[in-house]
Amino acid sequence: MTQAELRLCSLLLQEHFGEIVEKVGNSLLRTGPRPLRLLVGDTGLLPDQVKKALCVLIQHNLVRYEAQPRGSVEYEARSERILRILRYPRYIYTAKTLYGDPGELLVEELLLHGHLPMSCAIARVADRLTETMEDGKTMDYMEVSSTFVRLADTHFIQRCPMVPDSPQSAKAPPAPAPALAIAEKDMYIVPRLNLVGKGKRRHSCDEEEEGEHKAKRQKQEGGSSEIPPDDGIYWQVNLERFHQHFRDQALVSAVASRMDQTSSEVVRTMLRMSEVTTASGASHTQPLSSNEIFRSLPAGYNIGKQVLYQYLALLADDPLEFVGKSGDSGGGTYTVSILWGELSIPGQKHSQAFGSRCARIFRLLLRKKHLEQKQVEDFAMIPAKEAKDMLYRMLSENLVSLQEIPKTPDHAPSRTFYLYTVNVMAAARMLLHRCYKSVANLMERRQHEMRENKRLLEKSQRVEAILASMQATGAEAAQLHEVEEMITGPERQQLETLKRNVNKIDASENQVDETIFVLESFIESTLRRP
Amino acid sequence: GRGRGRGRGQMTFNVEAVGIGKGDALPPPTLQPSPLFPALERRAAPLPGGEEGEYMLALKQELRRAMRGLPYFIKPGAPRRDIERYSDKYQLSSPVDSAIDWNPDWRRLPRELKIRVRRLRKGRTAPLVPKQHVALDKEETIKKLESLEKKEEEVTSEEEEEKEEEEEGKEEEEEEYDEEEHEEETDYVLSYFDNGESFGPDSDDNGDEAVY
Repeated sequence: MTQAELRLCSLLLQEHFGEIVEKVGNSLLRTGPRPLRLLVGDTGLLPDQVKKALCVLIQHNLVRYEAQPRGSVEYEARSERILRILRYPRYIYTAKTLYGDPGELLVEELLLHGHLPMSCAIARVADRLTETMEDGKTMDYMEVSSTFVRLADTHFIQRCPMVPDSPQSAKAPPAPAPALAIAEKDMYIVPRLNLVGKGKRRHSCDEEEEGEHKAKRQKQEGGSSEIPPDDGIYWQVNLERFHQHFRDQALVSAVASRMDQTSSEVVRTMLRMSEVTTASGASHTQPLSSNEIFRSLPAGYNIGKQVLYQYLALLADDPLEFVGKSGDSGGGTYTVSILWGELSIPGQKHSQAFGSRCARIFRLLLRKKHLEQKQVEDFAMIPAKEAKDMLYRMLSENLVSLQEIPKTPDHAPSRTFYLYTVNVMAAARMLLHRCYKSVANLMERRQHEMRENKRLLEKSQRVEAILASMQATGAEAAQLHEVEEMITGPERQQLETLKRNVNKIDASENQVDETIFVLESFIESTLRRP
Repeated sequence: GRGRGRGRGQMTFNVEAVGIGKGDALPPPTLQPSPLFPALERRAAPLPGGEEGEYMLALKQELRRAMRGLPYFIKPGAPRRDIERYSDKYQLSSPVDSAIDWNPDWRRLPRELKIRVRRLRKGRTAPLVPKQHVALDKEETIKKLESLEKKEEEVTSEEEEEKEEEEEGKEEEEEEYDEEEHEEETDYVLSYFDNGESFGPDSDDNGDEAVY
């Protein structure tokens, strides 16, 4: 793990779970898997605090445990999962675009709590939706439940590994840690629950309701302490599936920017058809015949079959090889090459950092693999001086490297070719490292801004609370105005500036995370390629 | 020689191959570490705005705020001040002790992590009658007195919870400090009680084993 990753994980844990969890996570990340005893000694915290922290981390799938043969249990932090916390808003937003508000809230609840049973998740979401509805209306469990089932069917959520069923014999001591496991085929099976009910609204100032609720709740507690029908079955968000969705989105937009809207629709259709059949690490989708594609095109696109063939041919011929022709049955079968699509994306990022001419040189080197100084100038049509300058800058940043090809056995410099080349993996890794560092810097800066203005923020919160309570009890406009005056003009300015800055930083963090995603999935898929 | 005398500043390879022509002015040597904030040559690309960007921004800030309120956010204990002040009694800091604020599924966790669960106030009031085999200390006695007092008021049967508690073992006990503070109306805030439990090495550690 690089320093940058460690620092970022640390900041994420601290911001979302507090300092105690951060200390425990840090210790695990820096020193590797260890048992509880060593953790307590290392962090200097109280044993109960460490236990609490571990419970939280395990609940959120950030730490895993393993029973060692000698009876102790070792805990290991999952750094790549911790980094995903940065992407939570993107997951939730995607769920919203695909499945509307119930989907969005379901994914949000699952992310906030790590994992939940289905009944619990549906109840919570129904309550939240009811809060936002008009008075008198409530959200029925059925609707939320059906969204849940759809999420499970498209694999966006999955079941957590389960506690083994086998009963322990009375003589053998129970294992120090359960060995959780789940079969692949069971992961998306939704239990048959008979969930009947509606969301409950929280009444804040209704005493009778309170009393009623109390009585009801006691009865319910009596009822709910029975084992719920889906006891032991927990659900979590399937991050890999979301990643696959993002990849598809990126591919489609790359095609759209390179060609036109219709071809991107074709690619999108192909990807949608192979959503569930493509394994997450595959480099190609399953072959699809053009007849199938024709049938699956969205209703609005009435292009003729011939036109479709032409589009497919165009896509297949494109040098970036988004789509490959893999056979002639059924009018030609095509696959989408996921790998190559991703290769084009680092080029885009690069252009944003260094300027479009540098990007041109970079892409040129990507295509031609090795080029001499003179050739670079010629092919890129950039004057020699500029080309030199850019090449050296990229060289100093380690984005391109020099390859020596000696003409003579004694490697004499005057008789050796020096070729510029791009080592894609190294460049990608370097960029990724920079991204981690940027996000960590952004977070620290944001926290610094908040700390600097803490006094002012607290004051404004207090004033808002006073205003709210005064409005609730019906105060006059003059009184409200007086309270508002408690915050002076310059202070208001300061608050505005603070808010603007914090928003900017947050938006930047989101954007850098997009780049992180592209680079990470590129590196991962390249490594997986046989 | 190191570049003194004739042929100063020559490299081992033919610099023309890399593109440095004869007589070209090379940039001056760097004598100090690069500045902390180097001048930006070009402005950064504008942030993606629009509906999607705004919504994700709002989501992000909302998530951050929400997570701070969840029981998973473990707040460090309030620092012990040098003098106990009168106002401390009225400060609403969540009592930080070794209980856990949510109810995990203990079947899914290693046994060694089990600690007692603090029941969130939801309208239930009666604490448990502590079991006899628990070692009696001051807190127990007080709890016992209170629970006897409350037993007269409460009618709810606690059988199910009691069974659960039995299974969990003698360390898991209901301690509802905030209830007691508000309902007791004494000046003896019970969370001030330091019965010496948290002092010194915990019984969990084996003193015999070597520390690595």
